Formats: sequence, C-alpha cells, structure tokens
Amino acid sequence: MSDASLNSASTTQPGEAGFGDFFALLKPRVMTLVVFTALVGLLAAPVAVHPVVGLAAILFIAVGGGASGALNMWWESDIDAIMKRTAGRPIPTGKVARDEAFAFGVTLAVFSVVMLWLATNALAAGLLAFTIFFYVVIYTIGLKRWTPQNIVIGGAAGAFPPMIGWAAATGTISIESVLMFALIFLWTPPHFWALALFMRGDYDKAGVPMLTVTHGRRATRVHILAYTVILSVMAVGAAFTQIGGPVYLAVALVFNALFLRDALAIWRRDEGQAEADDYRVEKRAFRLSLWYLFAHFTAILCEAALRGLGMAGWT
Amino acid sequence: MSFREEHELHKRRFGRNLGLGLVLAGFVVLVFGLTIAKVANENFALPQTTQQKGD
Repeated sequence: MSDASLNSASTTQPGEAGFGDFFALLKPRVMTLVVFTALVGLLAAPVAVHPVVGLAAILFIAVGGGASGALNMWWESDIDAIMKRTAGRPIPTGKVARDEAFAFGVTLAVFSVVMLWLATNALAAGLLAFTIFFYVVIYTIGLKRWTPQNIVIGGAAGAFPPMIGWAAATGTISIESVLMFALIFLWTPPHFWALALFMRGDYDKAGVPMLTVTHGRRATRVHILAYTVILSVMAVGAAFTQIGGPVYLAVALVFNALFLRDALAIWRRDEGQAEADDYRVEKRAFRLSLWYLFAHFTAILCEAALRGLGMAGWT
Repeated sequence: MSFREEHELHKRRFGRNLGLGLVLAGFVVLVFGLTIAKVANENFALPQTTQQKGD
C-alpha cells in the first residue's frame, strides 16, 4: 500500500470499509419501515408467536430487506453518483467497492431467507426470497430504467414485509395480509411522486424515466390524485375487515381526509404556483404521507392489541 | 509518544472487527434462544426412530 493511499481519508482501499459503511448499504431508513410493517403483520395475525421466534423473524426480514438495499446500491452506483440525494452513499463515495457490496448483499440475502425458514416456515421464507428477487431483479435491474411506472412496481416490493410477518406467524396468506400489502402498494406512488415533484432535476440528470420526466409534471399531479383516491377508498374500507375496527376507522378517516386534501391541492396547482412558494404543498404532502402510513399501521396494531384484550373490532 | 502511532485505518479496522464480533455474538444468542423456544414448544416431538429387535 502506498503512502498516498494510506494517508487518503476520502477514499478507501477494497476491504477497508468501516462497519458503519456496510451498515449504510442496508438502507437503515428503509429498514425501519420494513421492521415496523413486518412487526405489525406479525402481531396482527390471530396466532400467538413465541417472542423469541417473533424477534428472530423480524430480524431476518429486516436483514433480507437490507440485502435488497445493498444489491440495489450495487447495481445503481452509476446513477447514485449523479443524484444529489444519493451521492453520499458508500459506493459513490468510494468507501465500499462494488464487488464487496454485491458479495455482501448476496450473502445476506441467502442467509436471511434460510434463517427465516428455519425460524418460522417455508411460506414466509419463500415470500422473503421473492421480495428480494422482485426488488433487485424485476425492479432495480429490469424495469426501473425502462418504464415511468417504476415507482408502482417498486412499491410492490416495499409492500411485502407485513405479508411476510403475517405468514411467519400463521403460515398462510389471507385477505388481511393482502389488505396490508395493498395499503403500502397504493401509498407508494403518491408518496414518491410528491417527492419527485420537489426534487426536480435529480432524476432528469440520472436518466431515470420518472413520470415527471416522461409524461410531464401535470400528468404526475393527476396521477397523485388518482392513486390517493383509490388508496383512500381501500384504506377506509379496510376498517370493516378483520384487521380494522373503530380505532382504525377514526385514524383512517382523519388521515385520508388530510391526504386527499393535499392531493387535491397538488392537482389544482401548476408549476408556476409551486415554484412561487417553493413546493410548499408538495413537501407537506410528502411529510404527511410518512405519518399516514405510520398512523394506519399503528392503528392496525392497536386493533390487534384490543382484540387480544377481548375488545374485538366491531363486536 | 507511543511506539506505533495509530492510523485512522487501524481505528476503522478495529471498529469493523468489533462490530462483526458483536453481530456474531448476538447471532449465537439468538440461535440459542430460538432452540430453547422451539424445544419448549408443547408441539415439539423428537423424530420417530425404528425400534430394533431385542431392545
């Protein structure tokens, strides 16, 4: 190793990345969403799970999600280096080599699936394997750079964790777990398109065919409203199923009303108005969307807890 | 002054080794806990073995 490389603090030799650099490859912020929604899926299931088995299941689902993140960063290091939002990731900054990220991701993916199988059941492990495959191969490598519907497809991958949590507890797929899947799946497009509206320029430079680039910003505003309307119907309707109840209904009514209000405001505005107030409404809708998902899943968790105490949903 | 000055690289390696060590230790504890949880389950049964004549 030369003195020059030894003294360089900005770049790292292969095999010399720190622990935190590898942890950053797992996309810890996305992982928190995976952990939370998987946990709700697991706890909302009408089957008691041993706490250690539950903890292990959530951990392995999180590791599987992290592996997807690492493989996503491996494949996308070229466009990550271009976009402001992602330029600080471990591969573009030279902290972790691409090959290292690939090996790390594949190892963790295999490890998480096998361990989830051993800890719970084959269906949960199979769903986790499919999620990783779907996110990395179908979304990241296959469709993200080819279709403006990339966000919709990517959203499907992000929607699987509660379904995996439910399958880990019950060993089945049911209408309740499909509803939780649908909630995240329909929430993702308006959430990301709101971001794409005010993070303008980033995706254009990277050449990712975001809806804002391919179909224009007006069409994106229409899409946000359309998806939010469908989402609201589904989210409120879920209150009358097994995972819902009065608490969930109250939360769903409030948050869907707020989200619809913002989606309508986004639809009514044009670019001139948005630029004039620095995308105030779009930014507000994005922030609200984060609370929206958190509130819905917390409400599902509350309903599950109430059922556990014998205060079941609507009965 | 110490005999060998510690470079930032050494700190990073130590941090990585320590982190990996803690993760592995945690994994061992988790697998142990899983084993106890599974064995303690009331549905747990050892695999059937064929009885040999004269046993």
